[in-house]
Order: sequence, then structure tokens, then C-alpha cells
Amino acid sequence: MKIDPIHQFNIEPLFTIGHIGNHTIAFTNSTLYMFVAVALISVLMLASGRQLVPGRLQSVAEISYEFVASTIRSTAGAEGMKFFPLIFSLFMFICVSNLVGIIPYTFTISSHLIVTAALALLVFFTVLIYGVYKNGLKFFKIFVPSGVPIYILPLVMFIEILSFFLRPVSHSVRLFANMLAGHIALKVFAGFVAMLGVSLGAVGWLGGVMPLALTVALTALELLVAFLQAYVFAILTCIYLNDAIHPGH
Amino acid sequence: MAESHGEKSGQKAGAHTEADGGHGGAFPPFDSSTYASQLVSLAVAFVALYIIVSRFALPRVGGVIEARQNMIEGDLADAQKLKDESAAALKAYENDLAAARSRAQAISNETREKLNAASEAERKVLEDKLTAKLHDAEKTIAATRATAMSNVRGIAADAATAIVQRLTGAVPDGAAVNSAVDASLKGQA
Repeated sequence: MKIDPIHQFNIEPLFTIGHIGNHTIAFTNSTLYMFVAVALISVLMLASGRQLVPGRLQSVAEISYEFVASTIRSTAGAEGMKFFPLIFSLFMFICVSNLVGIIPYTFTISSHLIVTAALALLVFFTVLIYGVYKNGLKFFKIFVPSGVPIYILPLVMFIEILSFFLRPVSHSVRLFANMLAGHIALKVFAGFVAMLGVSLGAVGWLGGVMPLALTVALTALELLVAFLQAYVFAILTCIYLNDAIHPGH
Repeated sequence: MAESHGEKSGQKAGAHTEADGGHGGAFPPFDSSTYASQLVSLAVAFVALYIIVSRFALPRVGGVIEARQNMIEGDLADAQKLKDESAAALKAYENDLAAARSRAQAISNETREKLNAASEAERKVLEDKLTAKLHDAEKTIAATRATAMSNVRGIAADAATAIVQRLTGAVPDGAAVNSAVDASLKGQA
């Protein structure tokens, strides 16, 4: 019995679609779960009722709507509502794919750095392009904090610029690492149960209660992390967009 | 690349914890051969999601929420209006009640005063009448007394004459008796 906690992250092509340059574009399990996430969000948002007094599904749809809307309003102000569809899509996409990923035998899209990096870069370039488009050169005032003595300003500016360009890194690695580590931990502890049982027989199955309990507890924790990381991703997006909307902070 | 994909899929068609030993070596999230596929699928999926969300999902759910908000606000406004109306009605009722009460008070005061005045007048008339009667009675008493007093003088004179006659045997002079009686009455009086 060998536990392979990395296996769950394998990208398995289901069929090949075509080639771009010398890259093969395949329909993979990752693709499938992306479409699953999109389909689940669409069902939630489009198939829920439109009653005056909402049912369960409609409540979930409305709560997610209002949750994201209030997050944007509180961090980026009313002007941030321009980006409501973007932030809502990001939040729901990450949240749903994280939650789906907790189900055993599924694949977690956000456990791949390339996906989280792509989403983080999408946010980064949205901030950069919208900031320059809306504020022109004034956008770069975000690198020059007001009220800093002139003799340390170059240092502060250097740090600000560095942190600005490192944003997509921290933004993407945070989500990726959380999902990856959580799933590896889950897999390892769940594997212990089977390993103890197979190697020690009845005593092992009894001893397996401990890692099993830990697996249950970790699953609960992962549920929290799945939601929390989606929220963190969304709120950081709001904060970054706030810089683009109001650069003179 | 196509070959590597195909090879992998052939190797990986097993259960999760299967010890098939076929990872192709690389840690999957850092296996750059899968990046292109993932990026393309992410782009397609995310653009589709963005379009669905911005065109259909958010307007729909937002519309439902807004309709509910409007309805609640409308209902609250109606309730407020009704409450104001009932408050106004209550105030009008209270004003009417106060007016009626003060009118009743005025009427009762007026009536009481009228009755008081009437009884006062009656009492005065009665008193006057009684006073007049008392006066008359007093006059009668005085007249009777005067008559009686003049009679007393005659009787006294007669009695004095008779007494003197019995004692002395001689009839006293009338004028002397009269003056003596007068003197005696005067001394008494």
C-alpha cells in the first residue's frame, strides 16, 4: 500500500482538441471541472426562483450577490461596482471550484499555480490598465505615499513599486498553496487509515480511528479554507482595484 | 507533446492511491506541458462565466432583490401613511372630545348659575315678604301694648280710688289720683 498524495493533482487529458504552435491543447480533467464550476454557478444564479420570499437555492444566490456587492462597496466604494461582474465571477469561480474539490475523487482547479497565476494576472492587468486609463499618469501616485520625508522617499518608492509588482505573486501563491497543502494533508491522513488497517489488521483498523477523526476535522477546516481563500482573493482584488479607482490614498 | 499526453493518460487510468508509479516525474502543478491546455480551458471557462454572470445572472438576481426592496419600501411607506392617517384621526377625535367636554362644562356652569340666580331671587322675595309680615306683627304688638298700657292707667286709677275709699271712707279727688298714678307709672318706668 503506497500513499501518493500528489496523484490527485495530476492533469489527465481526456481528449485532444488541437495544437497552438507546438503546444497540445487537450480537454483535461481540469477543463472538465472548470466547466463544472461554471455550470454550477450558472444553475445557482439562473435556475433559482424569483419569489418574493426566497427559497433555499434563491437565498444562496441572493446571499452571494449581496455578499460580493457589500464587499466591493466597503473596500472600493460605489465606483467599484463597475467591476462587480468581474469580482463576482472570480469569487464564485474560486469558491465553487474549491468546494467541489473537497469532494473525494474530484479535481481541484485552484491547486494549480498556473490557474491561480492567470487569475491573479488578470486582476493585476485590470488594475494597471484601468488605473492608467482612468487616471493617466496620476495613477503612479500610488507609488508615492503622501507625508513621507523626502530623504526616505526613494526607499519607500522602491518598496511600493516592488510590492506592487509582487502582488500577483502573493495573490496567486496564497490560493494555490492553501489548496495544495490542504489537499495533501487530507490525503495523507486519510491514507494513514487505510495503511494502518492493511498493515496491522484489526488493531490497525481500530487505531485508524484517530487519523479518520483528524481527516473529518481537516475536511471541516478545508471547507472553511475553501470559502475563506475565495473571499481573500476577492477582497484583495477589491483592494487592488481601489488603488486604480482612487490612486491618491 | 501530444504523445506525452497520450502516454500519461494511458498510465493514469487507475484509482487514486494506485501504486502505478507513473507521474512522468514532475510535480503536477509545475508540469509545464499542461499549462497551455489549462490556460486555454481557463480562458474559455472564465470568459463564458463572465458573460453569463454579467449578462444574465447578476441582472436577474439583482432585479429580484431590487424588486423586493422596492416592494418592502412601498409597503413601509403605505404603512407609514396609514399610521399617520390613524394618528390624525385619533387627534381629531381627541380634539372633538375635548371641545365637547368643555362645551358640556360651559352648559353645566351656565345652568348652575341660572338656577342659583333664580333661587336667590325667590329667596329674596320670600325674605321680603317675611320681613314685611314681621314688621306688621311688630306694629300690632306695639299697638296692642300701647292700648294695654293706657288701659293699665285707667285700671290703676280706679283701683287706687277704690283702695283709698275703703281705707279712708272718702272718695279722693279724681285729678289727684290721676297725677299720683302718673307719678307712680313714671317712677316705675
